[in-house]
Amino acid sequence: MKSLMTGNEAIARGAWEAGVRFATAYPGTPSTEILENIAGYDEIHSQWSVNEKTALETALGGSIAGLRTLCAMKHVGLNVAADPLFSSAYMGVNAGLVIITADDPGCHSSQNEQDNRNYAKAAKLPLIEPSNSQEALDYIKIAFELSEAYRTPVLFRITTRLAHGKSTVAVGERVEVEPREYVRDVSRFVLMPAQARACHIALEDRLAKLEDYACSTQLNRVEWGSRKLGIICSGVAYHYAHEVFGEEASYLKLGMSYPFPKQLVRDFAAEVDRLVVIEELDPFIEDAVRAIGIEVEGKSLLPRVGELDSSIVARAFGKADDETPVPEKVTGRPPMFCAGCPHRGVFYELGKLPVVITGDIGCYTLGSLPPFAASDTCICMGASISAGIGFQKAFGIMDPENPRRAVAVIGDSTFYHSGMTGLLDAVYNGVGLVTVILDNRITAMTGHQENPGSGYALSGQTAPEAKPEEIAKAFGIKRVATVDPYDLAQVKKTLEDSLADPHPSVIVSRAPCALLKRAAVRKPPYYVDQDACRKCKVCLKVACPALYVEDGKARIDAAVCVGCGICAQVCRFGTIKQIEKGGEN
Amino acid sequence: MARTTSIMLAGVGGQGTILASRVLAQLLLNEGHDVKMSEVHGMAQRGGSVTTHVRYGKDVDAPTIAPGQADFMLVFETMEAARVAHYLKPGGTIVANEREISSLPILIAREEYPDDIPERLERRGIDVRWADAYSIADNLGNIRVENVALLGAFSTVLPFAEDAWKKALTQVIPERHLKINTAAFDKGRQLGKK
Repeated sequence: MKSLMTGNEAIARGAWEAGVRFATAYPGTPSTEILENIAGYDEIHSQWSVNEKTALETALGGSIAGLRTLCAMKHVGLNVAADPLFSSAYMGVNAGLVIITADDPGCHSSQNEQDNRNYAKAAKLPLIEPSNSQEALDYIKIAFELSEAYRTPVLFRITTRLAHGKSTVAVGERVEVEPREYVRDVSRFVLMPAQARACHIALEDRLAKLEDYACSTQLNRVEWGSRKLGIICSGVAYHYAHEVFGEEASYLKLGMSYPFPKQLVRDFAAEVDRLVVIEELDPFIEDAVRAIGIEVEGKSLLPRVGELDSSIVARAFGKADDETPVPEKVTGRPPMFCAGCPHRGVFYELGKLPVVITGDIGCYTLGSLPPFAASDTCICMGASISAGIGFQKAFGIMDPENPRRAVAVIGDSTFYHSGMTGLLDAVYNGVGLVTVILDNRITAMTGHQENPGSGYALSGQTAPEAKPEEIAKAFGIKRVATVDPYDLAQVKKTLEDSLADPHPSVIVSRAPCALLKRAAVRKPPYYVDQDACRKCKVCLKVACPALYVEDGKARIDAAVCVGCGICAQVCRFGTIKQIEKGGEN
Repeated sequence: MARTTSIMLAGVGGQGTILASRVLAQLLLNEGHDVKMSEVHGMAQRGGSVTTHVRYGKDVDAPTIAPGQADFMLVFETMEAARVAHYLKPGGTIVANEREISSLPILIAREEYPDDIPERLERRGIDVRWADAYSIADNLGNIRVENVALLGAFSTVLPFAEDAWKKALTQVIPERHLKINTAAFDKGRQLGKK
């Protein structure tokens, strides 16, 4: 019987079957589970890299050294890795190298919904797009063959629906692949201008050959139905199109959409009365069709924004006879800091200060929302510190006597990812930015991945533990403090002391994520003395899932409370108390 | 093309919707169907709304359910029933848990929990079968089996035998938790038959 697999599980399985020996990634939704699943296969050495750039450079080194290597990241991660990506196309590979980009149409968990198919065109790399888990597994194996046959990295693009959607898969067995001998070749592995020019010529030649391949490969297939309508599509969009039109259309399904298979498209277009492209996000295929002089419809009917579904496709083509159902208006349910989250107290104190807070990517992005309304910005990984430098510099230029202050807030994993360089920049340029590093001992947002500070590797084995305080001191920062985020008075005092210092400073707020099982300490829950509660609702400003109001008075759900004590410190009347062990409230 | 049936599960992060959908998907696979299941991780896990789309039939195309296309819904929380109601097909069925979980705007006293959800769903002409799965779980001494109790109530609206559900439960739920989950399923199923 077939089993149900997510696209991410299928990619991991496909990599294993393809004889992959090495895999790297930086976690990012929706790509994270690829490496987590690969880590379960003993034949593949897998590791979390510090960021996507180091992940891709490491993978490229592994491939050139001779091992089939996979590298995975979310779509915005490829921005970080864009530098080695472009070089990798010029130099090519030795053993196969497949780079997974997990795009996020609909911005389910991202700061944008960029369409990374454009990277294939920009970097001049073959692009493979599966439509379901079975194809993800099968196409990964083809991608490694293609990579070695044409000596090129292959960009493998999936989307959230494929990454996290489950569909039925029949698996195969692993085929061991002998390592390829590494032969020193400065003509392509050293990209000095003279070599790079020659590599570019070879790259254009390779693209022409890859286009021939794209016109004949099984990855691109025609399914004939009615020839009144011809649909070109790729990825999950194929299934939306097929659901709506079934046999009423013919399909050119592109599993390899770059280099663009021009002849295949010309031949298909010649057979159908009306030609349309159904694709999510950018008109990537549509523009390519139009560029070869063929009349086509696409984004004039379909949105460029968000995910498609079968209803959107049906309505775009007048195939739906009913009105779109109107949703009920219901109170929102935004995500919030968990009970006992160590970020809560820090944002409670930060929100009271007259400073600009440059935030970053992680659970703590929620610090920008009510009731904290603390963070002012969230740009991209690591930007809290560098944008904070910009704010602090600009405030100093505008008001040298009494500049407004900026505070950067960044998580531990994000700090290692790309915050460290910004911090050195602050020191180098003498900018008095206060940087708060929220060290919760894990990469929490993506579901608890290890990082250079957590003390463990992806394999589960112990690893050297980076210390943000030591890094800050090594960079030359004089004021480096460590605080307990559950001690509000200490957090407040340390922030005030740092803001009084005109030089760059660092505050490390250290306490493990409240959901981190290996660090869990059970504390008795708190309760509100109902006779003493004065209904002031100040405690609600810490927005805890355990804290609510009934008949005007605050109450604590003992089943949710984990005893962190933040609410008790906020209460001005001492009415929130901890249940004594063994006693009753 | 053979007809595809669409089932949406909706609830609040942490309520166990994913386990329930895994049992459902296992059952459908056992019954020889093609299955697609779609859920979104990420921000939703921190107390946000969560939905899982399950579709089955001979050959399932789209991985998601479009508005107005769900044949059945299994909803774990009262307010979430209203949030996803527009996905239901006219004439479709919702099995919903009588359970209110306050969201952030309610917890911080900026809004109140709506008390008119059942009426609003009725006005939409929706057949809602309310079930008190929490009480079943509470009476069994473990509130964590609320999800399987609700699944038991839901099991009565689908055309599969009780044995088929039991088999799927056995395949998905670890041995040491199976007894209490089976008990929760049975109680829920009794409730669903009423």
